[in-house]
Amino acid sequence: MKTFIQIQRYGDYGDREPVKAEGATQNQADWPLWEVFIRSKMGLDHKHVGSLHAADAQMAIENARDVYTRRQEGISIWVVESKYIHASNPDEAASFYDPANDKVYRHPTFYDLPDELKAM
Amino acid sequence: MEKQATINLEQQFQDRVDQDIRIEPKDWMPEKYRQTLIRQISQHAHSEIVGMLPEGNWITRAPSLRRKATLIAKVQDEAGHGLYLYSAAETLGISRAEMIDQLHTGKAKYSSIFNYPTLTWADIGAIGWLVDGAAIMNQVPLCRTSYGPYARAMVRICKEESFHQRQGFEILLTLSRGTEAQKAMCQDAINRWWWPSIMMFGPADDASPHTAQSMKWKIKRFTNDELRQKFVDICAEQVKILGMELPDPELKWNAERGHYDFGKINWEEFWQVISGNGPCNKERIAARVKAHEEGAWVREAAISFANKRAQKQRPAVA
Ligand SMILES: [Fe+2]
Ligand SMILES: [Fe+2]
Repeated sequence: MKTFIQIQRYGDYGDREPVKAEGATQNQADWPLWEVFIRSKMGLDHKHVGSLHAADAQMAIENARDVYTRRQEGISIWVVESKYIHASNPDEAASFYDPANDKVYRHPTFYDLPDELKAM
Repeated sequence: MEKQATINLEQQFQDRVDQDIRIEPKDWMPEKYRQTLIRQISQHAHSEIVGMLPEGNWITRAPSLRRKATLIAKVQDEAGHGLYLYSAAETLGISRAEMIDQLHTGKAKYSSIFNYPTLTWADIGAIGWLVDGAAIMNQVPLCRTSYGPYARAMVRICKEESFHQRQGFEILLTLSRGTEAQKAMCQDAINRWWWPSIMMFGPADDASPHTAQSMKWKIKRFTNDELRQKFVDICAEQVKILGMELPDPELKWNAERGHYDFGKINWEEFWQVISGNGPCNKERIAARVKAHEEGAWVREAAISFANKRAQKQRPAVA
């Protein structure tokens, strides 16, 4: 099976060199990670779409354009280095959001009003 | 952690999964779930990236500007798919460098289909129709997978895949209405890609021991054989539009089952290709390693440039 294929070399991508010894890519640090936020059209919020690696902010924005807006999904891009994102702790969600649990009167449906009352 | 506490956490976790509440990166999850996901998502990412090679092979020889532009766009999409998935895997605590290293040293696998060669232009059509078609069949249910970042990546990917399959079918359709030589080329490509494509769904259910656990965790929503049958049923109809045949003499509509019966898959070939003995395994990895190594100076230069610029922008200390 193998020899049959060896002749299929078109040269569009390198396939002439043998696979290098193991560990050839080790000890190379990744570029920093960035979170990407995109505004899909005017009037809408920027929304988190994913993350990517880039050496600096400008490269992050350009990469975000290529990775996340190939089909005109955005008109504005924000990037922020992931290490600067602070997040609430999901393990504490129960107590953290507790203050809102017993305040149904914050919703309009809480109030008993006659059906005849219009436009409210 | 105490054993009882872990059991409770696991139960809570399973309850959430059962209720179709997504699991997010900072949530507690069983270690085995994390490991299984890292393996599944990174393999998936590697497949997208390695999958660019057989098709990239034909970009310079596409028969028209239209075909060339669409093929470039498709291959570029696959790069994007790889990046979405690498990012999703990184949220589980593995670094990009580590994943790339696993691919290059052969520790990580990728879809065996990409170890077959693209011998003619018709192969680009067959890949779009069958390989992307099988990928779509696999990926659509994963839009509802239990791990949030993975599910969101899949939603984006699935939106982009449908053009891939349609452009492939269009290539085959054009060839199927062409000269005798073009028709023969079309049939030949289908003959070579059909069996490897239906192998893409993975081993038969009775030979995939992890399916039950993965289904319970909802990181898999249908079994390999269920998806494969669905794919065969669809392709058996679509091939008629091409006026071509699928290379399986046992392919026959079974009214009782409401499905097409099909012949036996050569699993020996599947395991051979997975374990590194396919037609192009070595070439594929060599191409990836070469690209990575030859890009090393670019990565280093970009970091130096960024550091230098950051230093310049820092206000001078008196
Ligand atoms: Fe893809
Ligand atoms: Fe695709």
